[in-house]
Amino acid sequence: MAGLTVTRAHLAEAVYQEVGLSRTESAQLVDFILEEMANSLLGDGMVKISSFGTFMVREKGERVGRNPKTGEEVPILPRRVLVFRASQMLKDRINGEASPP
Amino acid sequence: MTKSDLVKRLAAANPHLYLRDVEKIVATVFEEISLALTRGDRVELRGFGAFSVRARDARQGRNPRTGDEVEVPDKQVPHFKTGKELRDRLNQEAD
Repeated sequence: MAGLTVTRAHLAEAVYQEVGLSRTESAQLVDFILEEMANSLLGDGMVKISSFGTFMVREKGERVGRNPKTGEEVPILPRRVLVFRASQMLKDRINGEASPP
Repeated sequence: MTKSDLVKRLAAANPHLYLRDVEKIVATVFEEISLALTRGDRVELRGFGAFSVRARDARQGRNPRTGDEVEVPDKQVPHFKTGKELRDRLNQEAD
């Protein structure tokens, strides 16, 4: 079932098909969207896309980890991680329970 | 930032585009990702991250209010893994 991988190029192609812009500009717009999302996550730490999901930056505290190969204890330093919470609508669509907007 | 903020920024950076086209562009990007996940495909956006769908087995759950046991059917759940570049940027700027 999970055979294909969709990339930036596919998104750019979809934008090109949907709106009457050049392929180059369509690709630049896709890049711009992703870059704006990244910048916003680095800034206020949250991006909410209705009917799709929410990206949030979480602060993780220091904890003790273990090297799985040697069993040696190593500290895992505090770090920032990005989490994505899919909207209920996206979850339902993935399970075939709702139709697209 | 919300989807409408994203539309505003894209519009401000591209004054030659009609607002309705900017809205369509943003909607298309998220709709394409959603459609790919609905098909069970993976979406890999280099430098940003990758979306995939993972299978969850059916399990015996419990209604937290009543304590009744309920059958939770197997399902597909969306998953996002942050790309290396973005993960590194998040931690550089935290220092």
